[in-house]
Amino acid sequence: MTRQEILDLYFVEARHKLIDIGAFLDRVARAEGHADFRMEAFHSALAKLSTGEPQVAKRVLLAFSDPTDEPIPAAITKAACGAWPGPEKSAVVS
Amino acid sequence: MRYIEPHAHMVSRTTDDYISMVASGCAAVCEPAFWAGFDRGSADGFHDYFLQLTDYEPKRAAKFGLPHFCWLCINPKESEDVGLAKEVLELIPEFIGRPNVLGIGEIGLNKNSRNELEVLEMHIELAARHDQLILVHTPHLEDKLKGTRLTLDALRNNSRIKPERVIIDHVEEHTVEMVLDAGFWAGMTLYPGSKCSPARAIDIVETYSAERLWMNSACDWGVSIPLSIPYTAMEMRRRGHSAEAVDALIYRNPHEFMSQSPKFKL
Repeated sequence: MTRQEILDLYFVEARHKLIDIGAFLDRVARAEGHADFRMEAFHSALAKLSTGEPQVAKRVLLAFSDPTDEPIPAAITKAACGAWPGPEKSAVVS
Repeated sequence: MRYIEPHAHMVSRTTDDYISMVASGCAAVCEPAFWAGFDRGSADGFHDYFLQLTDYEPKRAAKFGLPHFCWLCINPKESEDVGLAKEVLELIPEFIGRPNVLGIGEIGLNKNSRNELEVLEMHIELAARHDQLILVHTPHLEDKLKGTRLTLDALRNNSRIKPERVIIDHVEEHTVEMVLDAGFWAGMTLYPGSKCSPARAIDIVETYSAERLWMNSACDWGVSIPLSIPYTAMEMRRRGHSAEAVDALIYRNPHEFMSQSPKFKL
């Protein structure tokens, strides 16, 4: 497909998703209390969108990922939360 | 259009889903053993589940003319309890010879813990000992990258495992390359919110080619879409892929992989 054809097929949908992200950031900003490590990871991932480098989706996924190699001592929950909390907090969240 | 649904948890779905799938061209459905949404209390619970997968569910699918195959294991979400896992693994040889059992799966990691890894290694050894195909679940979200790396290491550490007989499922943009480069098959799961969207799955096909790739819905008791494969096929056609290319990805590829089991005959 040409770039023009891809824009014709996906631009409005991508625009819609981008506005949704903006609205999410506004919603978090309006709310009271403190955010946690997930917002830090979110902003770090957002920055990957505008670097101009290739493989943007992969870079966003990596920004949320646990980069370590060692198995954790024990699984104390089953769920994933979407962002790696970092080495200090991962034992608590995991 | 014809397609194979290589990963669907039909015990969680209704007969309406069977009807929709068959009406959309589904030629076979394959059901890996998975988590019920709660922890089973004993190995007896798994025994009953394996009976359901190998006896009752194929009969239910047959009412709609749909061949049903399955994979057996204790899933990663219940693998923290190594003692229970050992009991469940001892049950599996009793079922391996049943006519719709294709192999061991969906095994793997969930939170990437030491116990989960130990149970994964036990499953890999079981598959090697019984010369079974393997279907691997990779973890969700932030745990996927690390879990995929650990899983590839565990598979490589067993010299009897042939990569071409293993499918690593739920790959995304950050894991697909390492899986394919290591010689394994890779599965893209079309699951809302937490895995691939149709558009992203097609992006991966366009980037890496369709060789050793398949797509599945992994539809289960969560918010999921049993027809996500035919929907993605429609998206491929919108993007200019030929009917031949669509058929290769959604029918011939899963057929090729699962035909490594002599039981997979359509």
